[in-house]
Amino acid sequence: MNEDTLLSARGLTLHFGKVPALVNVDADLWPGEVLAVVGESGSGKTTLLNVLSGRMRADAGVTWYRDPQSRLHDVHAMPAPALRALHRSDWGFVHQNPRDNLRMSVSAGGNVGERLMAAGQRHYGNIREAAIDWLAQVEIDPARVDDMPRTFSGGMLQRLQIARTLVTHPRLVFMDEPTGGLDVSVQARLLDLIRSLVARLNIAVVLVTHDLAVARLLAHRIMVMQRGVVVETGLTDKVLDDPQHEYTQLLVSSVLQA
Amino acid sequence: MIPMLEVQHLAKQFTLHLRGGLQLPVLHGVNLTVHAGECVALAGPSGAGKSTLLRSLYGNYRAGAGRILIRHAGEMVDIASAPPRTVVQVRAKTLGYVSQFLRVVPRVPALDIVAEAAPDRSQEKAAALLHRLNIPTRLHALPPATFSGGEQQRVNLARGFIGGHPILLLDEPTASLDAANADIVIAMITEAKARGVAIVGIFHDAEVRRRVADRLLTIAPLQDAA
Repeated sequence: MNEDTLLSARGLTLHFGKVPALVNVDADLWPGEVLAVVGESGSGKTTLLNVLSGRMRADAGVTWYRDPQSRLHDVHAMPAPALRALHRSDWGFVHQNPRDNLRMSVSAGGNVGERLMAAGQRHYGNIREAAIDWLAQVEIDPARVDDMPRTFSGGMLQRLQIARTLVTHPRLVFMDEPTGGLDVSVQARLLDLIRSLVARLNIAVVLVTHDLAVARLLAHRIMVMQRGVVVETGLTDKVLDDPQHEYTQLLVSSVLQA
Repeated sequence: MIPMLEVQHLAKQFTLHLRGGLQLPVLHGVNLTVHAGECVALAGPSGAGKSTLLRSLYGNYRAGAGRILIRHAGEMVDIASAPPRTVVQVRAKTLGYVSQFLRVVPRVPALDIVAEAAPDRSQEKAAALLHRLNIPTRLHALPPATFSGGEQQRVNLARGFIGGHPILLLDEPTASLDAANADIVIAMITEAKARGVAIVGIFHDAEVRRRVADRLLTIAPLQDAA
């Protein structure tokens, strides 16, 4: 494993019955780097995200995570409370459906503040101030801090989820189709927001998407998966503009030009 | 004279898997050295592989064989074999590229697109450069999607030149520009050369090429192997 990777996986293999979801997958992520995982439905990309983040176990292989004190942890050997603590602090997970992460019966500010409280903050004024600041950063009117998420549009919910995830300043964020299911105009705004926040806060991201244009705009590097196998990996624009593998060539040539 | 970019025995072919593995050889045995302050124009008929060479130099296309050495942070780095993270660093500090067409996140204002590419993210410098390229203030706050082809190209040029990279690759930088704006771009290229920037470019306009290029590298089309 390279000295400074934040996350490194070797030989990840996982089968669902006879269906291969991951076949001997290696992955590395360095601090501040955005890595896109692309492929069609069923290619194993979401499974990879779940395994890398410790939400799911592989049949074989290992995933190492380097904490801020530079200690290495085997993600799948960590005690459950330690992994949960990690997910509440140095890591974040942005789901395609914000309702999977948000608490719909708690106010917008409460959703953001809750993660800070879970991380040990107790001062109500500071928590509320941080929540209001983060709402502004994701372009939600701070006047809506006490509103319930059910009064928010889909794009706003996704931005609220991002605020809730980033409020603890994680160094590593897993994103599963963060712009999926949104109107195109809302997608563009969200893409711009994610891109600028990630660059400004120097966050490393593993981004799962089926949308090659999203990968191009956000990711430094890209991994192309087919039936659980990483068929091609490299610099994003190089893989998309000069694909070497037959499957990547098919994916790239199948995109409609707008 | 300091060599900034050195291409050795570069070859490139495309394999089209969706066309039964058809092999398209484009470049073979390309050698080129570009020194600081020098501008080399790629010449040759359309389809000869000029853009393919330029994209290979940027690490956007994968070289089939040979080396592409770039002077980065005092060392010669081989873009053809460097890991992706190294290429990202070389592009950030050393190697700039002005593509023919602007490709950006929708909704981002022209001024921000240019300022983001500046080493200090300076909005003032971005605005000054856009003004120099005759993009009026009223357009700075707008995303360039609705701009004319020539305006988009000038935003793209501003973004390419503001980075202050010691090596610049220019793909048809004046293609959509009228004579007055082309003159401005020629002046910018000339000033960059005077600062010691090494430039490789494709210039279809013979007059532009004559005014900026010190040398030509002619790319001859390869015979189809099929």
